[in-house]
Amino acid sequence: MRVAGAGGFWGDDLDAPVRQVEGGPIDYLVMDYLAEVTMSILHKQRARDPEAGYARDFVSLMERILPTCLERGIRVVANAGGVNPGGCAGEVARAARRAGVRGRLRLGVVTGDDLMPRLDELLAGGHELCNMETGEPLAGIRERVTGANVYLGAFPIAEALGRGADVVVTGRCVDAALTLAPLLHEFGWAADDYDRLAAGVVAGHVNECGAQCTGGNAMAEWWTIPDLDRVGFPIIEAEPSGEFVVTRHEGSGGRVNPATVTEQIVYEIGDPAAYATPDVVADFTTVRLSGAGKDRVRVTGARGRPPTGWLKASIVYSGGWRAVGTLVYAWPDAAAKARAAARVLRARLDRLGLRFDEMRTDLVGWDSTHGALAGPPPPDLPEVQLRVAVRGSERAPVERFTREVAPLVLTGPPSVTGFGEGRPRVREVAAFWPALVPREAVEPFVRVETREA
Amino acid sequence: MAAVKLVELAHARSGDKGDVVNIGVVAYEPEHYSLLAETLTAERVQEHFGSMVKGKVVRYELPNLHALNFVLPRALGGGGTVSLMMDAQGKVFSTALLRMEVEVPDETAQRTRGRGRLPESLYLHGEETHG
Repeated sequence: MRVAGAGGFWGDDLDAPVRQVEGGPIDYLVMDYLAEVTMSILHKQRARDPEAGYARDFVSLMERILPTCLERGIRVVANAGGVNPGGCAGEVARAARRAGVRGRLRLGVVTGDDLMPRLDELLAGGHELCNMETGEPLAGIRERVTGANVYLGAFPIAEALGRGADVVVTGRCVDAALTLAPLLHEFGWAADDYDRLAAGVVAGHVNECGAQCTGGNAMAEWWTIPDLDRVGFPIIEAEPSGEFVVTRHEGSGGRVNPATVTEQIVYEIGDPAAYATPDVVADFTTVRLSGAGKDRVRVTGARGRPPTGWLKASIVYSGGWRAVGTLVYAWPDAAAKARAAARVLRARLDRLGLRFDEMRTDLVGWDSTHGALAGPPPPDLPEVQLRVAVRGSERAPVERFTREVAPLVLTGPPSVTGFGEGRPRVREVAAFWPALVPREAVEPFVRVETREA
Repeated sequence: MAAVKLVELAHARSGDKGDVVNIGVVAYEPEHYSLLAETLTAERVQEHFGSMVKGKVVRYELPNLHALNFVLPRALGGGGTVSLMMDAQGKVFSTALLRMEVEVPDETAQRTRGRGRLPESLYLHGEETHG
Protein backbone atom coordinates (compact mmCIF):
# COMPACT_ATOMS: atom_id res chain seq x y z
CA MET A 1 0.00 0.00 0.00
CA ARG A 2 1.79 3.09 -1.23
CA VAL A 3 0.56 6.53 -0.24
CA ALA A 4 2.35 9.29 -2.11
CA GLY A 5 2.56 12.80 -0.66
CA ALA A 6 2.51 15.36 -3.43
CA GLY A 7 2.34 18.78 -1.85
CA GLY A 8 2.87 20.49 1.49
CA PHE A 9 0.97 23.72 0.87
CA TRP A 10 -0.92 25.58 -1.84
CA GLY A 11 1.92 26.90 -3.94
CA ASP A 12 4.18 23.87 -3.59
CA ASP A 13 5.90 22.27 -6.64
CA LEU A 14 3.12 22.13 -9.28
CA ASP A 15 4.63 19.14 -11.06
CA ALA A 16 5.20 17.01 -7.96
CA PRO A 17 1.83 15.20 -8.26
CA VAL A 18 2.60 14.38 -11.88
CA ARG A 19 6.03 13.02 -10.95
CA GLN A 20 4.45 10.94 -8.17
CA VAL A 21 1.86 9.45 -10.54
CA GLU A 22 4.23 8.80 -13.41
CA GLY A 23 7.49 8.03 -11.59
CA GLY A 24 6.58 4.59 -10.23
CA PRO A 25 3.85 2.52 -8.61
CA ILE A 26 1.55 4.23 -6.08
CA ASP A 27 -1.95 3.50 -4.78
CA TYR A 28 -2.94 6.86 -3.31
CA LEU A 29 -1.97 10.44 -4.03
CA VAL A 30 -2.52 12.86 -1.13
CA MET A 31 -2.11 16.62 -1.11
CA ASP A 32 -2.31 19.25 1.61
CA TYR A 33 -3.37 22.68 0.38
CA LEU A 34 -4.46 24.42 3.57
CA ALA A 35 -2.14 26.50 5.69
CA GLU A 36 -3.82 29.02 8.02
CA VAL A 37 -2.79 31.86 5.73
CA THR A 38 -4.38 29.99 2.80
CA MET A 39 -7.65 29.65 4.71
CA SER A 40 -7.79 33.40 5.24
CA ILE A 41 -7.27 34.01 1.50
CA LEU A 42 -9.97 31.47 0.61
CA HIS A 43 -12.44 33.06 3.03
CA LYS A 44 -11.83 36.41 1.33
CA GLN A 45 -12.33 34.87 -2.12
CA ARG A 46 -15.60 33.26 -1.11
CA ALA A 47 -16.82 36.53 0.43
CA ARG A 48 -16.38 38.16 -3.00
CA ASP A 49 -17.70 35.18 -4.99
CA PRO A 50 -19.81 32.40 -3.41
CA GLU A 51 -18.60 29.99 -6.13
CA ALA A 52 -14.94 30.49 -5.11
CA GLY A 53 -12.99 29.57 -1.97
CA TYR A 54 -11.10 26.42 -2.95
CA ALA A 55 -7.68 25.59 -4.43
CA ARG A 56 -8.16 26.19 -8.17
CA ASP A 57 -4.79 24.61 -8.98
CA PHE A 58 -6.22 21.28 -7.88
CA VAL A 59 -8.84 21.40 -10.62
CA SER A 60 -6.32 21.93 -13.42
CA LEU A 61 -4.11 19.26 -11.86
CA MET A 62 -6.99 16.79 -11.88
CA GLU A 63 -7.71 17.54 -15.52
CA ARG A 64 -4.10 16.68 -16.23
CA ILE A 65 -3.71 13.47 -14.22
CA LEU A 66 -7.22 11.99 -13.84
CA PRO A 67 -7.01 9.72 -16.93
CA THR A 68 -3.76 8.19 -15.69
CA CYS A 69 -5.03 7.89 -12.11
CA LEU A 70 -8.22 6.11 -13.21
CA GLU A 71 -6.33 3.85 -15.55
CA ARG A 72 -3.88 2.77 -12.85
CA GLY A 73 -6.38 2.76 -9.98
CA ILE A 74 -4.65 5.60 -8.12
CA ARG A 75 -7.06 7.33 -5.75
CA VAL A 76 -6.66 10.97 -4.75
CA VAL A 77 -7.30 12.60 -1.36
CA ALA A 78 -6.87 16.36 -0.98
CA ASN A 79 -8.13 19.13 1.28
CA ALA A 80 -8.32 21.31 -1.82
CA GLY A 81 -11.96 22.06 -0.98
CA GLY A 82 -10.85 24.88 1.29
CA VAL A 83 -13.97 26.74 2.42
CA ASN A 84 -16.08 25.41 -0.47
CA PRO A 85 -15.56 21.63 -0.93
CA GLY A 86 -18.82 21.25 -2.85
CA GLY A 87 -17.82 23.95 -5.35
CA CYS A 88 -14.40 22.35 -5.73
CA ALA A 89 -15.92 18.92 -6.39
CA GLY A 90 -18.24 20.42 -9.00
CA GLU A 91 -15.24 21.85 -10.83
CA VAL A 92 -13.40 18.52 -10.60
CA ALA A 93 -16.44 16.89 -12.23
CA ARG A 94 -16.21 19.43 -15.08
CA ALA A 95 -12.47 18.79 -15.30
CA ALA A 96 -13.21 15.07 -15.62
CA ARG A 97 -15.47 15.79 -18.62
CA ARG A 98 -12.77 17.91 -20.22
CA ALA A 99 -10.24 15.14 -19.59
CA GLY A 100 -12.50 12.65 -21.37
CA VAL A 101 -13.26 10.45 -18.35
CA ARG A 102 -16.91 11.45 -17.98
CA GLY A 103 -18.95 8.79 -16.20
CA ARG A 104 -15.88 6.91 -15.00
CA LEU A 105 -15.17 8.96 -11.90
CA ARG A 106 -16.69 8.57 -8.46
CA LEU A 107 -16.28 11.75 -6.41
CA GLY A 108 -16.35 12.02 -2.62
CA VAL A 109 -16.93 15.22 -0.69
CA VAL A 110 -16.53 15.73 3.06
CA THR A 111 -18.20 18.78 4.62
CA GLY A 112 -19.09 19.91 8.11
CA ASP A 113 -15.87 21.65 9.09
CA ASP A 114 -17.37 25.09 8.40
CA LEU A 115 -18.58 26.51 11.72
CA MET A 116 -19.38 29.98 10.38
CA PRO A 117 -23.10 29.35 9.73
CA ARG A 118 -23.47 28.01 13.28
CA LEU A 119 -21.11 30.34 15.12
CA ASP A 120 -23.74 32.42 16.91
CA GLU A 121 -25.72 29.31 17.75
CA LEU A 122 -22.58 27.82 19.33
CA LEU A 123 -21.89 31.00 21.31
CA ALA A 124 -25.54 31.19 22.42
CA GLY A 125 -25.30 27.55 23.46
CA GLY A 126 -22.65 28.48 26.01
CA HIS A 127 -19.55 27.61 23.97
CA GLU A 128 -17.24 30.57 24.59
CA LEU A 129 -14.63 29.47 22.02
CA CYS A 130 -11.87 30.90 24.21
CA ASN A 131 -8.52 31.61 22.54
CA MET A 132 -6.23 28.66 23.32
CA GLU A 133 -3.23 30.97 23.70
CA THR A 134 -4.72 33.89 25.65
CA GLY A 135 -7.86 32.43 27.26
CA GLU A 136 -10.05 35.33 26.06
CA PRO A 137 -13.61 34.50 24.98
CA LEU A 138 -14.48 34.96 21.29
CA ALA A 139 -17.31 37.40 22.07
CA GLY A 140 -14.79 40.27 22.22
CA ILE A 141 -13.94 39.96 18.52
CA ARG A 142 -17.13 38.28 17.21
CA GLU A 143 -18.06 41.10 14.81
CA ARG A 144 -14.61 40.92 13.19
CA VAL A 145 -14.79 37.15 12.48
CA THR A 146 -14.70 36.28 8.78
CA GLY A 147 -14.38 32.50 8.94
CA ALA A 148 -14.35 29.57 11.34
CA ASN A 149 -13.37 25.99 10.55
CA VAL A 150 -12.85 22.96 12.70
CA TYR A 151 -10.17 20.36 11.99
CA LEU A 152 -11.86 17.05 11.14
CA GLY A 153 -10.23 13.63 11.34
CA ALA A 154 -9.67 10.75 8.92
CA PHE A 155 -12.82 8.66 9.33
CA PRO A 156 -15.14 10.72 7.09
CA ILE A 157 -12.53 10.50 4.29
CA ALA A 158 -12.20 6.76 4.84
CA GLU A 159 -16.00 6.48 4.58
CA ALA A 160 -15.92 8.21 1.19
CA LEU A 161 -13.20 5.78 0.07
CA GLY A 162 -15.31 2.92 1.37
CA ARG A 163 -18.14 4.06 -0.89
CA GLY A 164 -15.79 3.79 -3.82
CA ALA A 165 -14.66 7.40 -4.27
CA ASP A 166 -11.72 7.75 -6.67
CA VAL A 167 -11.18 11.36 -5.61
CA VAL A 168 -12.05 12.71 -2.17
CA VAL A 169 -12.24 16.47 -1.68
CA THR A 170 -12.35 17.83 1.87
CA GLY A 171 -12.31 21.17 3.60
CA ARG A 172 -10.39 21.63 6.82
CA CYS A 173 -9.02 18.44 8.32
CA VAL A 174 -5.84 17.66 10.20
CA ASP A 175 -3.07 17.28 7.63
CA ALA A 176 -2.22 13.78 8.84
CA ALA A 177 -5.80 12.63 8.10
CA LEU A 178 -5.10 12.75 4.37
CA THR A 179 -2.63 9.86 4.77
CA LEU A 180 -4.32 8.10 7.69
CA ALA A 181 -7.65 7.79 5.83
CA PRO A 182 -6.38 5.50 3.03
CA LEU A 183 -4.76 3.27 5.68
CA LEU A 184 -8.04 3.07 7.64
CA HIS A 185 -9.87 2.14 4.48
CA GLU A 186 -7.38 -0.40 3.13
CA PHE A 187 -6.50 -2.11 6.41
CA GLY A 188 -9.85 -1.74 8.16
CA TRP A 189 -8.30 -0.45 11.36
CA ALA A 190 -10.85 0.00 14.14
CA ALA A 191 -11.54 3.38 15.72
CA ASP A 192 -10.09 2.13 19.00
CA ASP A 193 -6.99 0.48 17.53
CA TYR A 194 -5.03 3.42 18.90
CA ASP A 195 -1.49 2.19 18.30
CA ARG A 196 -2.18 1.63 14.61
CA LEU A 197 -4.06 4.93 14.31
CA ALA A 198 -1.05 6.62 15.90
CA ALA A 199 1.24 4.92 13.38
CA GLY A 200 -0.96 6.31 10.63
CA VAL A 201 -0.75 9.77 12.17
CA VAL A 202 3.05 9.55 12.28
CA ALA A 203 3.00 8.47 8.61
CA GLY A 204 0.71 11.38 7.83
CA HIS A 205 2.87 13.85 9.74
CA VAL A 206 5.95 12.68 7.81
CA ASN A 207 4.03 12.84 4.51
CA GLU A 208 2.21 16.14 5.00
CA CYS A 209 4.96 18.60 4.15
CA GLY A 210 5.96 17.07 0.84
CA ALA A 211 9.69 17.04 0.15
CA GLN A 212 10.50 18.32 3.62
CA CYS A 213 11.12 14.68 4.63
CA THR A 214 12.99 13.68 1.47
CA GLY A 215 15.84 16.18 1.46
CA GLY A 216 14.12 19.52 0.97
CA ASN A 217 14.91 22.10 3.65
CA ALA A 218 17.10 19.44 5.29
CA MET A 219 19.95 20.82 7.30
CA ALA A 220 22.18 17.78 7.82
CA GLU A 221 24.96 18.09 5.20
CA TRP A 222 22.60 19.94 2.86
CA TRP A 223 25.37 20.47 0.31
CA THR A 224 25.58 16.72 -0.30
CA ILE A 225 21.86 16.17 -1.03
CA PRO A 226 21.63 15.28 -4.73
CA ASP A 227 19.34 16.57 -7.49
CA LEU A 228 16.97 18.81 -5.56
CA ASP A 229 15.85 20.18 -8.94
CA ARG A 230 13.83 16.95 -9.33
CA VAL A 231 13.41 16.13 -5.68
CA GLY A 232 11.41 13.00 -5.00
CA PHE A 233 8.32 13.56 -2.88
CA PRO A 234 7.61 11.06 -0.10
CA ILE A 235 6.02 7.67 -0.51
CA ILE A 236 4.71 5.82 2.53
CA GLU A 237 4.83 2.06 2.07
CA ALA A 238 2.34 1.04 4.72
CA GLU A 239 1.69 -2.35 6.26
CA PRO A 240 -1.43 -3.60 8.09
CA SER A 241 0.62 -3.82 11.33
CA GLY A 242 1.15 -0.04 11.34
CA GLU A 243 4.81 -0.30 10.42
CA PHE A 244 5.78 1.71 7.38
CA VAL A 245 8.73 2.67 5.21
CA VAL A 246 9.36 6.20 3.97
CA THR A 247 10.93 6.33 0.53
CA ARG A 248 10.86 8.15 -2.81
CA HIS A 249 10.63 7.05 -6.44
CA GLU A 250 13.75 5.54 -7.93
CA GLY A 251 15.46 8.06 -10.17
CA SER A 252 14.16 11.08 -8.29
CA GLY A 253 16.39 13.52 -6.41
CA GLY A 254 16.76 14.20 -2.71
CA ARG A 255 17.51 11.92 0.22
CA VAL A 256 15.56 9.79 2.66
CA ASN A 257 17.53 8.81 5.74
CA PRO A 258 16.94 8.93 9.50
CA ALA A 259 18.21 12.54 9.59
CA THR A 260 15.76 13.87 6.99
CA VAL A 261 12.84 11.92 8.45
CA THR A 262 13.63 12.95 12.03
CA GLU A 263 13.74 16.63 11.03
CA GLN A 264 10.20 16.24 9.70
CA ILE A 265 8.95 14.29 12.74
CA VAL A 266 10.00 17.13 15.06
CA TYR A 267 8.53 19.81 12.74
CA GLU A 268 5.68 21.85 14.21
CA ILE A 269 4.98 19.71 17.25
CA GLY A 270 4.39 20.57 20.89
CA ASP A 271 4.53 17.75 23.43
CA PRO A 272 5.80 14.83 21.32
CA ALA A 273 4.16 12.34 23.69
CA ALA A 274 0.74 13.89 23.07
CA TYR A 275 0.26 14.82 19.41
CA ALA A 276 -3.49 15.37 19.47
CA THR A 277 -5.70 14.63 16.47
CA PRO A 278 -9.46 14.03 16.27
CA ASP A 279 -8.84 10.28 15.91
CA VAL A 280 -6.04 9.53 18.37
CA VAL A 281 -3.46 11.13 20.65
CA ALA A 282 -0.20 9.90 19.15
CA ASP A 283 3.03 9.38 21.06
CA PHE A 284 6.04 10.26 18.89
CA THR A 285 8.54 9.46 21.66
CA THR A 286 8.05 5.71 21.23
CA VAL A 287 8.84 5.85 17.50
CA ARG A 288 12.02 4.23 16.20
CA LEU A 289 13.69 4.71 12.83
CA SER A 290 16.01 2.34 11.05
CA GLY A 291 17.65 2.31 7.67
CA ALA A 292 15.96 -0.15 5.29
CA GLY A 293 18.17 0.26 2.23
CA LYS A 294 19.14 3.25 0.14
CA ASP A 295 16.63 6.10 0.61
CA ARG A 296 14.39 3.88 2.71
CA VAL A 297 13.63 4.44 6.39
CA ARG A 298 11.50 2.06 8.42
CA VAL A 299 9.31 3.63 11.11
CA THR A 300 8.06 1.48 13.99
CA GLY A 301 6.84 1.71 17.56
CA ALA A 302 4.21 4.47 17.50
CA ARG A 303 1.80 4.30 20.42
CA GLY A 304 -1.61 5.90 20.72
CA ARG A 305 -4.24 6.84 23.29
CA PRO A 306 -7.94 7.71 22.89
CA PRO A 307 -8.60 11.18 21.49
CA THR A 308 -10.00 13.93 23.69
CA GLY A 309 -13.58 15.12 23.58
CA TRP A 310 -12.49 18.34 21.89
CA LEU A 311 -11.73 19.36 18.34
CA LYS A 312 -9.59 22.32 17.37
CA ALA A 313 -11.14 25.19 15.47
CA SER A 314 -9.30 27.89 13.61
CA ILE A 315 -11.19 31.16 13.51
CA VAL A 316 -10.11 33.99 11.20
CA TYR A 317 -10.81 37.63 12.07
CA SER A 318 -9.83 40.99 10.73
CA GLY A 319 -6.68 42.16 12.49
CA GLY A 320 -6.26 45.60 10.92
CA TRP A 321 -3.78 46.71 8.27
CA ARG A 322 -0.07 46.39 7.62
CA ALA A 323 2.68 47.49 5.27
CA VAL A 324 6.41 46.86 4.91
CA GLY A 325 8.83 49.40 3.41
CA THR A 326 12.41 48.61 2.38
CA LEU A 327 15.49 50.56 1.21
CA VAL A 328 19.08 49.41 0.67
CA TYR A 329 22.08 51.25 2.18
CA ALA A 330 25.64 50.73 0.91
CA TRP A 331 29.15 50.73 2.39
CA PRO A 332 30.69 52.46 4.26
CA ASP A 333 28.77 52.36 7.55
CA ALA A 334 25.76 50.83 5.83
CA ALA A 335 24.07 49.67 9.04
CA ALA A 336 24.56 53.03 10.78
CA LYS A 337 23.04 54.87 7.80
CA ALA A 338 20.06 52.50 7.77
CA ARG A 339 19.46 52.96 11.49
CA ALA A 340 19.75 56.75 11.10
CA ALA A 341 17.19 56.63 8.27
CA ALA A 342 14.80 54.67 10.49
CA ARG A 343 15.12 57.34 13.19
CA VAL A 344 14.33 60.08 10.66
CA LEU A 345 11.30 58.11 9.46
CA ARG A 346 10.00 57.54 12.97
CA ALA A 347 10.36 61.24 13.83
CA ARG A 348 8.40 62.23 10.71
CA LEU A 349 5.65 59.69 11.43
CA ASP A 350 5.43 61.02 15.01
CA ARG A 351 5.20 64.61 13.77
CA LEU A 352 2.39 63.58 11.43
CA GLY A 353 0.58 62.25 14.49
CA LEU A 354 0.37 58.71 13.05
CA ARG A 355 -0.19 56.00 15.61
CA PHE A 356 0.40 52.30 14.98
CA ASP A 357 -0.26 49.21 17.08
CA GLU A 358 3.25 48.10 16.23
CA MET A 359 6.25 49.39 14.30
CA ARG A 360 9.32 47.30 13.71
CA THR A 361 12.74 48.01 12.19
CA ASP A 362 15.15 45.33 10.99
CA LEU A 363 18.38 45.25 9.03
CA VAL A 364 18.04 42.51 6.43
CA GLY A 365 21.50 41.07 5.89
CA TRP A 366 22.34 41.52 9.54
CA ASP A 367 19.75 40.96 12.26
CA SER A 368 16.30 40.37 10.74
CA THR A 369 16.25 36.68 11.65
CA HIS A 370 18.66 36.25 14.57
CA GLY A 371 17.83 39.53 16.32
CA ALA A 372 20.12 40.54 19.15
CA LEU A 373 22.02 37.24 18.78
CA ALA A 374 23.60 38.72 15.64
CA GLY A 375 25.44 41.30 17.78
CA PRO A 376 26.34 44.82 16.62
CA PRO A 377 26.83 45.14 12.84
CA PRO A 378 30.40 45.69 11.63
CA PRO A 379 31.17 49.07 9.96
CA ASP A 380 32.38 47.33 6.80
CA LEU A 381 29.17 45.49 5.89
CA PRO A 382 29.04 45.96 2.09
CA GLU A 383 25.31 46.69 2.19
CA VAL A 384 22.21 46.21 4.26
CA GLN A 385 18.47 46.43 3.62
CA LEU A 386 16.43 48.58 5.97
CA ARG A 387 13.03 46.99 6.57
CA VAL A 388 10.39 49.00 8.40
CA ALA A 389 7.02 47.36 9.08
CA VAL A 390 3.90 48.88 10.63
CA ARG A 391 0.53 47.51 11.70
CA GLY A 392 -2.55 49.39 12.84
CA SER A 393 -6.28 49.00 13.25
CA GLU A 394 -7.02 51.90 10.86
CA ARG A 395 -6.08 51.82 7.21
CA ALA A 396 -5.33 55.55 6.77
CA PRO A 397 -2.17 55.82 8.94
CA VAL A 398 -0.75 52.68 7.31
CA GLU A 399 -1.50 54.16 3.89
CA ARG A 400 0.29 57.37 4.84
CA PHE A 401 3.30 55.39 6.10
CA THR A 402 3.72 53.89 2.62
CA ARG A 403 4.19 57.44 1.25
CA GLU A 404 6.89 58.33 3.79
CA VAL A 405 9.46 55.68 2.77
CA ALA A 406 10.56 56.83 -0.72
CA PRO A 407 11.18 60.47 0.34
CA LEU A 408 14.07 59.18 2.51
CA VAL A 409 16.04 58.69 -0.71
CA LEU A 410 16.51 62.45 -1.18
CA THR A 411 15.90 63.65 2.35
CA GLY A 412 17.75 61.18 4.58
CA PRO A 413 21.18 59.64 5.10
CA PRO A 414 23.26 58.96 1.94
CA SER A 415 24.14 55.96 -0.28
CA VAL A 416 20.62 54.59 -0.54
CA THR A 417 19.02 52.63 -3.36
CA GLY A 418 16.65 49.71 -3.94
CA PHE A 419 13.37 51.64 -4.11
CA GLY A 420 12.55 50.48 -7.64
CA GLU A 421 9.61 48.32 -6.60
CA GLY A 422 7.60 51.42 -5.80
CA ARG A 423 5.45 52.29 -2.82
CA PRO A 424 4.82 49.50 -0.29
CA ARG A 425 1.45 47.78 -0.51
CA VAL A 426 -1.11 48.05 2.26
CA ARG A 427 -2.44 44.62 3.18
CA GLU A 428 -5.30 43.57 5.39
CA VAL A 429 -4.25 41.41 8.34
CA ALA A 430 -6.12 38.14 8.79
CA ALA A 431 -5.60 37.15 12.40
CA PHE A 432 -6.17 33.67 13.84
CA TRP A 433 -8.04 32.60 16.91
CA PRO A 434 -7.41 28.95 17.88
CA ALA A 435 -10.19 27.50 20.00
CA LEU A 436 -11.57 24.16 21.15
CA VAL A 437 -15.07 22.91 20.32
CA PRO A 438 -16.74 19.89 21.92
CA ARG A 439 -16.82 16.95 19.53
CA GLU A 440 -20.59 16.53 19.92
CA ALA A 441 -21.15 20.08 18.63
CA VAL A 442 -19.43 19.18 15.34
CA GLU A 443 -19.75 15.50 14.47
CA PRO A 444 -23.52 15.41 13.84
CA PHE A 445 -22.97 18.01 11.09
CA VAL A 446 -20.24 16.17 9.20
CA ARG A 447 -21.48 14.90 5.84
CA VAL A 448 -19.91 12.45 3.42
CA GLU A 449 -21.34 12.47 -0.09
CA THR A 450 -20.28 10.40 -3.06
CA ARG A 451 -21.55 10.67 -6.60
CA GLU A 452 -20.70 9.72 -10.17
CA ALA A 453 -19.09 12.38 -12.32
CA MET B 1 36.47 20.79 28.33
CA ALA B 2 36.07 22.99 25.28
CA ALA B 3 33.36 25.34 24.01
CA VAL B 4 31.83 24.41 20.65
CA LYS B 5 28.88 25.81 18.77
CA LEU B 6 25.78 23.64 18.91
CA VAL B 7 25.76 23.59 15.07
CA GLU B 8 28.69 21.13 15.28
CA LEU B 9 26.73 18.64 17.38
CA ALA B 10 23.19 18.85 16.07
CA HIS B 11 20.91 19.80 13.22
CA ALA B 12 17.52 21.37 13.81
CA ARG B 13 14.20 22.36 12.26
CA SER B 14 11.75 24.97 13.52
CA GLY B 15 8.22 26.06 12.76
CA ASP B 16 5.19 27.84 14.19
CA LYS B 17 1.81 27.33 15.81
CA GLY B 18 0.28 30.75 16.29
CA ASP B 19 2.65 32.85 18.38
CA VAL B 20 4.64 29.77 19.44
CA VAL B 21 7.87 28.51 17.87
CA ASN B 22 9.06 24.95 18.26
CA ILE B 23 12.63 23.89 17.58
CA GLY B 24 13.50 20.23 17.15
CA VAL B 25 17.19 19.65 17.82
CA VAL B 26 18.62 16.36 16.53
CA ALA B 27 22.06 15.03 17.54
CA TYR B 28 24.24 14.07 14.58
CA GLU B 29 25.71 11.22 16.62
CA PRO B 30 23.31 9.18 18.80
CA GLU B 31 25.97 9.04 21.49
CA HIS B 32 25.87 12.83 21.81
CA TYR B 33 22.19 12.81 22.78
CA SER B 34 22.84 12.46 26.51
CA LEU B 35 25.39 15.27 26.35
CA LEU B 36 22.80 17.50 24.67
CA ALA B 37 20.11 16.45 27.14
CA GLU B 38 22.42 17.44 30.01
CA THR B 39 23.61 20.78 28.66
CA LEU B 40 20.67 22.02 26.62
CA THR B 41 18.25 22.75 29.44
CA ALA B 42 15.09 24.83 28.99
CA GLU B 43 16.70 27.49 31.19
CA ARG B 44 19.80 27.75 28.98
CA VAL B 45 17.69 28.03 25.85
CA GLN B 46 15.55 30.70 27.53
CA GLU B 47 18.67 32.63 28.46
CA HIS B 48 20.13 32.25 24.96
CA PHE B 49 17.10 33.82 23.29
CA GLY B 50 16.65 36.53 25.94
CA SER B 51 14.00 39.07 24.92
CA MET B 52 13.33 37.25 21.62
CA VAL B 53 11.11 34.82 23.56
CA LYS B 54 8.55 36.34 25.93
CA GLY B 55 6.97 33.14 27.26
CA LYS B 56 8.48 30.30 29.27
CA VAL B 57 10.53 27.78 27.28
CA VAL B 58 9.47 24.14 27.71
CA ARG B 59 11.68 21.18 26.74
CA TYR B 60 10.53 17.72 25.64
CA GLU B 61 12.75 14.69 25.11
CA LEU B 62 12.69 12.16 22.25
CA PRO B 63 15.55 9.81 23.20
CA ASN B 64 14.61 7.21 20.56
CA LEU B 65 15.20 9.82 17.87
CA HIS B 66 18.11 11.38 19.83
CA ALA B 67 16.25 14.65 19.64
CA LEU B 68 15.00 17.40 21.95
CA ASN B 69 12.00 19.59 21.24
CA PHE B 70 11.88 23.14 22.57
CA VAL B 71 8.62 25.05 22.68
CA LEU B 72 9.03 28.84 22.76
CA PRO B 73 5.76 30.66 23.51
CA ARG B 74 5.20 34.30 22.53
CA ALA B 75 8.20 34.39 20.22
CA LEU B 76 6.60 35.55 16.96
CA GLY B 77 5.24 39.02 17.60
CA GLY B 78 1.64 37.80 17.57
CA GLY B 79 2.31 35.03 15.07
CA GLY B 80 1.46 34.21 11.47
CA THR B 81 -0.15 37.01 9.52
CA VAL B 82 -0.18 39.50 12.44
CA SER B 83 3.57 39.38 13.07
CA LEU B 84 5.76 42.07 11.48
CA MET B 85 8.87 39.90 11.85
CA MET B 86 10.82 38.82 8.79
CA ASP B 87 10.70 35.26 10.14
CA ALA B 88 7.03 35.44 11.10
CA GLN B 89 6.67 31.64 10.98
CA GLY B 90 9.81 30.87 12.95
CA LYS B 91 11.36 28.94 10.07
CA VAL B 92 14.96 29.84 10.95
CA PHE B 93 14.76 30.09 14.74
CA SER B 94 16.47 26.70 14.53
CA THR B 95 19.66 28.32 13.25
CA ALA B 96 19.55 31.03 15.93
CA LEU B 97 19.63 28.25 18.53
CA LEU B 98 22.52 26.46 16.79
CA ARG B 99 24.69 29.55 17.45
CA MET B 100 24.69 28.63 21.13
CA GLU B 101 28.00 27.59 22.68
CA VAL B 102 28.11 24.40 24.72
CA GLU B 103 30.87 22.84 26.79
CA VAL B 104 32.00 19.41 25.63
CA PRO B 105 34.97 17.15 26.41
CA ASP B 106 38.09 18.11 24.40
CA GLU B 107 37.97 14.83 22.51
CA THR B 108 34.37 15.45 21.40
CA ALA B 109 35.27 18.98 20.30
CA GLN B 110 38.08 17.64 18.15
CA ARG B 111 35.92 14.97 16.56
CA THR B 112 33.02 17.28 15.74
CA ARG B 113 35.04 20.29 14.53
CA GLY B 114 33.56 21.72 11.34
CA ARG B 115 30.51 19.47 11.42
CA GLY B 116 27.29 21.22 10.40
CA ARG B 117 29.10 23.78 8.26
CA LEU B 118 29.96 23.80 4.58
CA PRO B 119 33.48 22.35 4.12
CA GLU B 120 36.01 25.09 3.38
CA SER B 121 36.77 23.56 -0.03
CA LEU B 122 33.17 24.34 -1.07
CA TYR B 123 33.10 28.02 -0.03
CA LEU B 124 31.87 30.37 -2.75
CA HIS B 125 34.66 31.89 -4.77
CA GLY B 126 34.80 34.48 -7.54
CA GLU B 127 32.02 34.48 -10.13
CA GLU B 128 30.00 31.84 -8.24
CA THR B 129 29.09 34.47 -5.66
CA HIS B 130 27.25 36.63 -8.22
CA GLY B 131 24.33 36.37 -10.58
